[in-house]
Amino acid sequence: MADTPAMLTYLLRLGDDNLVLAQRLGALIARMPELEEDIAVANLGLDHLGQARNFYSHAASFDPLGRDEDQFAMLRSEREFMNAVLVEQPNGDFAHTIVRQLFVDAYQVPLYQALMASTDTELAGIAAKAVKEARYHLEYSSGWVVELGDGTNESHRRSQAAVNALWPFTADLFASDDVEKTLAAGGVGVDPACLVGSFEATVRSVLAEAQLTLPSDPYQRLGGRTGFHTEHLGHLLAEMQSLYRAHPGATW
Amino acid sequence: MTRQASSLMAGDIARARALVEAVADPELPPLTIGELGIVRDVFVSEEGALVVSVTPTYSGCPAVEFIETRIAEVLQADGFDEVRVLRVFTPAWTSDWMTATGRAKLASSGIAPPRGGDRGVNSPVAVSLGRTSAAAATSPNTASPDTTPLACPRCAATDVTRISAFGSTACKALYRCNACLEPFDHFKEI
Repeated sequence: MADTPAMLTYLLRLGDDNLVLAQRLGALIARMPELEEDIAVANLGLDHLGQARNFYSHAASFDPLGRDEDQFAMLRSEREFMNAVLVEQPNGDFAHTIVRQLFVDAYQVPLYQALMASTDTELAGIAAKAVKEARYHLEYSSGWVVELGDGTNESHRRSQAAVNALWPFTADLFASDDVEKTLAAGGVGVDPACLVGSFEATVRSVLAEAQLTLPSDPYQRLGGRTGFHTEHLGHLLAEMQSLYRAHPGATW
Repeated sequence: MTRQASSLMAGDIARARALVEAVADPELPPLTIGELGIVRDVFVSEEGALVVSVTPTYSGCPAVEFIETRIAEVLQADGFDEVRVLRVFTPAWTSDWMTATGRAKLASSGIAPPRGGDRGVNSPVAVSLGRTSAAAATSPNTASPDTTPLACPRCAATDVTRISAFGSTACKALYRCNACLEPFDHFKEI
């Protein structure tokens, strides 16, 4: 039997990354530079939302409070969300959106590949579904980063600015505590430290192709996994949760 | 007549399976969910309920809940009292499970069907230069191990360009035929 409190925390962390990113992407629909990209962000967001729902539904089976996926999404406060701080960063310009997506995709592909071997068969199944989506996302985001970075002077300048601004938030993807370590030791979860090599190799090869460089400043912003967020998450949740909180239990 | 699950015969289960497989896909109406290949099993649970298990095509496919409701409706309308629809993720759905009839129906409604061959999940993801280049349309990620070239569903020409990695639903990408110049949807291989 898996460690119940650790499983709940772990699955919420996996779900929160996807829900918060889905909310960010959803806000871009009808604001992208081309119709095709409007469709793309809607589809990316839908995949992340679906993954979040699958993680939350599974988390519900470990929750002593008996909450369901909606309650996890809509009735937890900012301090209770455990997403990595990268995904809550504002959409910014298109370069920021697409560089953030590249960093997330380069992390999620090896994460889901590793989780497919989880001894928790439900989690392994969710990952096996998600990895196909994450691979497609990575193909999309890396293609755009190359197009922008190796594009005009202006698109290069903006994408380098996005890399510099977002890179300090990527370390939070790999932060771990006893939750990950316990579950990794039991073959249920993945210690994110094992994913750094694959993540960096992917990012470095895409950035090299895109004529972009990683910043040398070693500053890293951590804390998301234990609920210490940047100022942006509270605003995002306020908007996302207002309807549900105003009309609790409403159905249509 | 109502059918108590505890007294279901093999013939009843076969009948239930046929009813389930005939449910139309709400986003691709010519196609049934049997042809789409998402119906995994129809069986009687230990508690005596008729259980139908389905595999979603994509994690966030909004049609899944509709399909699950529809399955329960058609079975209840036929007299099956206790019906449970189960969502299973393992093994993950692959476009290889779409039947030949399903592929033919897609093609005749103007959607290029998925080619064969699961592409696996552990090979490196190729970085393509430019979104709409020929490389993007034929990269290892979009071309299946089946080396059949993607063909226009209208004129069968194989000179095609991908114009958008994503389409009107999660499972499709948008292409243009360079021979007849018509755009068309392609049901992606996953």
